[in-house]
Amino acid sequence: MTATSAPVRGGQRAANRDPIPRRRRRLPFSPWHFVLIPATVILLFPFLWLVVTSLETEPEALHFPPILIPHAIRFANYSDALAAAPFARFFINSAVVAVTTVLCNLVLCTLAGYAFARFRFLGRTALFAVIMATLMVPFQVTMIPQFIITKWLGVHVLAGVGINHIGALILPNAATAFGIFFLRQFFRTLPVEYEESARVDGASRLTVLIRIVVPLATPCLATLAALTFLDSWNNFLWPLIAVTSTNEMTLPLGLATFQGAHSTEWTLLMAGNVMSLVPMLIVFFIAQRYFVRSVAATGLAGT
Amino acid sequence: MTASVLRAGGRRPGRPTAMRRVLDSEQFNGWAFVTPGVAVILLFGAAPIIWSAVLSFQKSSLVSGETSTGLANYRQLVHDPVVGEAIQHTLIYTALFVPGTMLAGLLLAVAMNRKIRGITIYRTAAYATMAISTISEAIVFIWLFDPSYGIVNYAFSKVGLPQQQFLNSPSEALYVIVAMTIWGWTGFAVVVYLAALQGVPQSLLEAAAIDGAGPWRAFRKVTLPMLSPASLFLAVWLTINALQLFDEVYLSTQGGPLNATTVLVYYLYDQAFEQFNFGYASAIAYFLFLVILVITAVQFWAGRRVTFYRS
Repeated sequence: MTATSAPVRGGQRAANRDPIPRRRRRLPFSPWHFVLIPATVILLFPFLWLVVTSLETEPEALHFPPILIPHAIRFANYSDALAAAPFARFFINSAVVAVTTVLCNLVLCTLAGYAFARFRFLGRTALFAVIMATLMVPFQVTMIPQFIITKWLGVHVLAGVGINHIGALILPNAATAFGIFFLRQFFRTLPVEYEESARVDGASRLTVLIRIVVPLATPCLATLAALTFLDSWNNFLWPLIAVTSTNEMTLPLGLATFQGAHSTEWTLLMAGNVMSLVPMLIVFFIAQRYFVRSVAATGLAGT
Repeated sequence: MTASVLRAGGRRPGRPTAMRRVLDSEQFNGWAFVTPGVAVILLFGAAPIIWSAVLSFQKSSLVSGETSTGLANYRQLVHDPVVGEAIQHTLIYTALFVPGTMLAGLLLAVAMNRKIRGITIYRTAAYATMAISTISEAIVFIWLFDPSYGIVNYAFSKVGLPQQQFLNSPSEALYVIVAMTIWGWTGFAVVVYLAALQGVPQSLLEAAAIDGAGPWRAFRKVTLPMLSPASLFLAVWLTINALQLFDEVYLSTQGGPLNATTVLVYYLYDQAFEQFNFGYASAIAYFLFLVILVITAVQFWAGRRVTFYRS
């Protein structure tokens, strides 16, 4: 039916000398699916393969050609992995470090960013210049002295922030130059009139910040929180240097150590990997809007 | 006397005391607000910059303490064949990873920048790679590319390609790391490009269509220039990260086989925390800093000429 009607329409058009070129026959779906479907398969396949392997038996995982669907789903890999390494402990450590780091950053960067944006005080320009300079320096330059300082602090000041304690993973990142700069830039765009009228009514400077400025900055603070959380959660190099005892390890470090000890036990490794991955995937999808907006914001801010 | 007590107790606004004036001043509040945050940054961010510069002129280890050696560390760096290899691997890696990620991100973002069926699934799949840590990513890819049992070799055998050694082969390992990191960063590039695409005004594309531009021409002449700030950002950001590659190398190859994947930061880590040559490692760190500064400066300089800013 369609096959016969199409040439007829074309014939009519030719007869009418229609100047508009004949449109190509349209697919019943967008041709972009030809790009998106293979891309999505590539993007998702590692996740899928990870889960499949984590549910197979050892001989199935090492079978060649690979077995795509396990014959019997073996959840025991998960309990075996939990028995071999304290993944719950790693998870709690990661959560404590990430949440504390985010809270510290929100408080300290808000205070400092606001002062740099609004107050004139002795040494402001110099201090701000120093902070901006640290922003450019890669972590590899500072990590050796940071290790020495952290070690010294643990011995001489407070064991909880020294080497081999999760405090050592929080304190050096409790405030970031990026956070201070990011919030200062935002605070400078706010109209100063609200703050001035609150001051006239007798509010202290801290009250103005907490009651007037912070509510206006909520989206900005959410962005900073999301970025700090991702950074802290995925940080590997500093924990690798600062922590060696299993009890203080975060998920990436715990998982890497687990891989070092069981590098050929693929089913166990994949079960451990799934357990390390799932909490972040859940958080990410619940707050996907925030994470995506935050990453997009850094991109747009950088342009 | 009574009056002042009343005033203080009743908190009536009156002439502020000297103490109050200080507590309310910009000087005092400025310093009080910045001190905690700035202290952290000075201690862990600023002081170490100078300290590691000092270290780089010393021969220091945990065992023997420090002795000044002048430029010896930098001289060693110039003559160290491993540093030469590490620079080469770092640059090859960067030259493949950065354009690869940008192209993948651009293609997917353009494909996803439309209302078609299943778009939420496609976007979510791209975003999911942002939630995976470098360590999880590396472990999965080691398994996918396992020479004996990996599914990639199985796929190769299916299409008649010879079996590969991948991460065990000095000539292939670096490229496997390129593949896994492109996979891991694609979501990031997609998000940045999608946000930038949303800022391309529809009216410009319509004007181009009216002027007779086909979709490809409109993309090249309108969309791509409008995306150039995002492209410059991604190029700089991805390059900085690429030059600092470490996690995947540490996990999958430890710099091997035969130093084939020894990149600068891995060598630096090895010197600092396996060999405890803090002085030499600091010199490598400063060299890395220099490389990053130069490459980023060149990118900005070149980028300025081809970047189109609307405002």
